Amino acid sequence: MRFLLTDEQAAFGRSLDAMLTAADTPSAVRAWAAGNAVPGNALWARLAEAGVFALAVPEAYAGVGPLPVELAVACVELGRHAVPGPVVETVAAAVLLARLAEHGEEGPAKRLLPALAAGAANATLTLQGCGPYALDADSATYLLTVRGDELRLSRGYGALQTSADPARRLYRPEPGGEVLASGPAVTAAAAYAADHAAFATAAQALGTGLALLDRTVAYVKQRTQFGTAIGGFQAVKHRLADTLIGLEFARPLLFGAALSMTSADIAAAKLTAGEAAYAAARTALQLHGAVGYTQELDLSLWLRKARPLRDAWGTPSQCRAKVLAAP
Amino acid sequence: MDLRHTPEEDAFRAEARAWLAAHVPAEPLPSLETEEGFAAHRAWEARLHADRWSVVSWPREYGGRGVDIFMWLLFEEEYFAAGAPGRVSQNGISLLAPTLFDHATEEQRARVLPAMASGEVIWAQAWSEPESGSDLASLTSRAVRTEGGWLLSGHKTWSSRAAFADRAFGIFRTGPEAAKSHHGLTYLMFDLRADGVTVRPIGRLDGKPAFAEVFLDDVFVPDEDVIGEPGQGWRIAMSTTGNERGLTLRSPGRFTAAADRLVQRWRTSADPSDTALRDRVADAVVGARAYQLFTYANASRCAAGTVLGAESSLNKVFWSDYDIALHETALDLLGADGELAGSEWAEGYVFALAGPIYAGTNEIQRDIIAERLLGLPKGRR
Repeated sequence: MRFLLTDEQAAFGRSLDAMLTAADTPSAVRAWAAGNAVPGNALWARLAEAGVFALAVPEAYAGVGPLPVELAVACVELGRHAVPGPVVETVAAAVLLARLAEHGEEGPAKRLLPALAAGAANATLTLQGCGPYALDADSATYLLTVRGDELRLSRGYGALQTSADPARRLYRPEPGGEVLASGPAVTAAAAYAADHAAFATAAQALGTGLALLDRTVAYVKQRTQFGTAIGGFQAVKHRLADTLIGLEFARPLLFGAALSMTSADIAAAKLTAGEAAYAAARTALQLHGAVGYTQELDLSLWLRKARPLRDAWGTPSQCRAKVLAAP
Repeated sequence: MDLRHTPEEDAFRAEARAWLAAHVPAEPLPSLETEEGFAAHRAWEARLHADRWSVVSWPREYGGRGVDIFMWLLFEEEYFAAGAPGRVSQNGISLLAPTLFDHATEEQRARVLPAMASGEVIWAQAWSEPESGSDLASLTSRAVRTEGGWLLSGHKTWSSRAAFADRAFGIFRTGPEAAKSHHGLTYLMFDLRADGVTVRPIGRLDGKPAFAEVFLDDVFVPDEDVIGEPGQGWRIAMSTTGNERGLTLRSPGRFTAAADRLVQRWRTSADPSDTALRDRVADAVVGARAYQLFTYANASRCAAGTVLGAESSLNKVFWSDYDIALHETALDLLGADGELAGSEWAEGYVFALAGPIYAGTNEIQRDIIAERLLGLPKGRR
């Protein structure tokens, strides 16, 4: 047993962190929210170069995966930097197509996966029972839908449904479209893809929570009231200590899930990371005070994301049910 | 990253499981916080020791098996899953022994450890004083130099197990009276039945004498019972409390076994439409798994040579809060019987309630986390 990242895995995370830190991600997030995907797509191109989108794609389709541990490492960093776009959905689409191929339906995988692995294309999707909205359908190359036992390539989508996090652009797919596959293999692959979506969302949530904690710790060290840094007050310290505890106990569940990829372990990770990130957002807002309650402070980019991530691809209640459904 | 066990670990687990299945008493022993129960638990320690199961991680020469921290964790999982008795020797094994391994002489180890491993000598801790709880470094009990040793005087309190234990360990002021601080403290061991010692048991919340106050009136302690250099007691004691808060005091096996029992009870007796209760049962399962994996990660760091410091405060807050939540859920599952002092979960619940208080209160732990892990400024407590 060695339940630690390897040096290579840790270095991969650090290199993504450094790249995204240097890339002025907040302005790309704001542009994305305003409907300008150009800076966001430039970020995606760099992430593709770093190999992020190949991690969930098998080697047979030009990927390097599946590498769930590396995928978690990457998604934590993408969450830490609030990278916009259908990251989770592209991962889930890749897993869905790869799983279908394993069940003998190789056509869609051959057609779509190599471009997804290279980052030349991305995807969003809806899966039955996982909510009606396709994230960022306006900028995704492929819009996939699973209803019943049919996987379709959707032709279009309805009007923008504004999310509480404006960088999450939600659309309802139009009915119909080309049937890529059908039958029980689709249903099975969709369930597997939904677990991966929950897993990647858990990682993003953890990264979001870590960013909120870091920014808030920095703030309370420099904000003075009553002639002293507010970070010296015990009420402030204890709230931040609890935030760290929540996040640090979510981390091992995430990587434990990466090793087993069972529904129950993923649900435990999703539940814990989602709740910890949301608690971090509440703490960040409270400790920043009124300035934290503004759109203009970059903190808002993470604050508004924490709640949707907590609920996307598995609400806390759904996750708890899955934990106990395990044999 | 790898959570798999080696064939040697699997074999060790199987051996432990078989031994426990053959030897764990069918009926629970009486509470170890009673005189009768203390004696029964001491006899159980001897039974464990006879087959080298009392201190598996210690070197063989002291009665252990010399296994690494991963095998220790496996043993603990099996131990609690088997429903084996609580460990009356725990203060000695998890607090004093690590200190002896790090700071004592060969002679001290050879003299103290084997009798600890067998349960022949059971140890109590003597840290707190009436006016020195969280602010432990303000303590005033003294050790004064005398021919061949030291004379202890003062008043220790909240000493777990001291009502029935044989010996105790703690820190005493040996430096100047004026310097009431971390300096001038000395770590030593003393006999609870020596001349000048008065032990007054204290009933905890359920009335059982789980701890005691200890009055010391010129109690002689020979030089051979001083651990480390005189004056270095604070540093030495802190290495002990790191163990207490961190890896060794609460093994994850305790919680994974309790969560399993909780789920079994829930599946067989709970109303499936009560989703509020279901959610809390799920949280118990998830919390136990989180703590187990967090511990595996820390054990992996230790195995790689890292010395854990303030991180142990994360553990302590987590398990102590978790333990209470788990027992509250269990009591709720029992319905009206949850109120009964003799219920299956009652003793565990009372024990859990103390968790956020002992081994450094959770308020102190949160200060440590904020100051040492997050780098926030020191402030007034």
